[in-house]
Amino acid sequence: MTVAPTTTRRVAHLMRFDRVQRTAHWANAALFGALIFTAIPLYFGSFFGVVLPRHLIEQIHLWSGLALPIPIIISLLGPWGRSMRRDVRRVNAWTREEIRWLQTRGRSTLEADKFNPGQKLNAIFIGAVILVMLVTGSMLQWFRFFSVSLRQGATFVHDVFAFAIFAVVIGHIFMAVTHRDSLRSIFKGWVSEQWAAAHASRWLKESRDAEGSVDSP
Amino acid sequence: MTPPELPESTKRVAVGRRVFLGVTGLAALGVAFGASIQNFLGNAFGSGLGGLLPGGDRFRIYSITGKYPTIKDSDYRLKVSGLVHHPKTFTLDDLKAMPMTSFTKTFQCVTGWRVPDVHWQGVLLSDIMDAVGIRPEAMALTFESYDRADTESLTIDQARLPDVIVAYQMLGAPVTTEHGGPVRLYVAPMFGYKSLKWLSAIRVVHEVQPGFWEQNGYPVNGWLDGTTGPTNPDPSLT
Repeated sequence: MTVAPTTTRRVAHLMRFDRVQRTAHWANAALFGALIFTAIPLYFGSFFGVVLPRHLIEQIHLWSGLALPIPIIISLLGPWGRSMRRDVRRVNAWTREEIRWLQTRGRSTLEADKFNPGQKLNAIFIGAVILVMLVTGSMLQWFRFFSVSLRQGATFVHDVFAFAIFAVVIGHIFMAVTHRDSLRSIFKGWVSEQWAAAHASRWLKESRDAEGSVDSP
Repeated sequence: MTPPELPESTKRVAVGRRVFLGVTGLAALGVAFGASIQNFLGNAFGSGLGGLLPGGDRFRIYSITGKYPTIKDSDYRLKVSGLVHHPKTFTLDDLKAMPMTSFTKTFQCVTGWRVPDVHWQGVLLSDIMDAVGIRPEAMALTFESYDRADTESLTIDQARLPDVIVAYQMLGAPVTTEHGGPVRLYVAPMFGYKSLKWLSAIRVVHEVQPGFWEQNGYPVNGWLDGTTGPTNPDPSLT
């Protein structure tokens, strides 16, 4: 399964993220970025007014938040969403081996899928928090329909999750910039077979079993 | 939900769905019980711990205009006019020379955030009313702000409550610009939007004129217990 690093053989490529997934990722990233950057002055009130007037910051935060689920929904639905839908199934369905790998924090053996359990967890978390932040944020925006106690709960959850998201996004960016091959695949789509053999051997095997056509059924 | 195209016979577990439901379920519990959790922590450990938690015990600064009016202490004036016997303009020193009232209260915003144990110091609004002499036909007060956008209103009876003050100290120091300094209104038994910032003028009038937030849908009488009548019998609010 391993390809000798000194090989002169032409490097075969596997498509890790197709154009739809890449577009969805960067649209999602741009919205998260806008939300995080506008959240900072909104949360730490004393920064406000330094760059933009507050009501503009609020509007950016509100509309970015409302738009947040759109890239994922559009990329999942429709005939262009096959890779996206297949990856959602991958992220959902775990083997016992993957669960054990996470429990032992990466010390047990693993024939890695296209995404390792940590990456799967990141994807699930981001999916869940989009829903959580959208619902609690809407409760804060249209608060009149909720009791004061629920408003307070929504504020609490929105803030606690914001801190968690900030930590996870920082971790995600750190892992991305320290793993150049993975990083390239979210810009250009492909990874080398060599990389797949080292980091996603089960996926590589499946792709080969699917007779050369890369990551298709 | 094992995808048919995955060849392994190994059994798959829908971990993704479980984690998703776990995270969203936890959030739903947080919305339902977050207020109780915060109140419990605040009561059990004081506001110090609550202040360390994200989301707890923190002022969110709002401004209608997107700016803070900056007023020097020496330039500050509070103009009281309308249905009064002796219209008067108060300087900050005039206010500080009047009998001082102070108390500690929880600041509660209508949107859900709250800050416990906020210390306030200032002049009773009823003392200011007595200083100018309210005419008998007067029914309400209208408040204006240096931001030239916010307005507020109270009935005469509401304005005479013992925890409705014109505040020049907050949190043990002069009221800061972002909190509405040098002088703001503080209406303790009602939600924060009633406590107009950067107070510039009080007009004594015939009837309640809904203020900025009231014109934008908030109740004219925003009692902390959620009732919206002109009076509130709950003594714990005052």
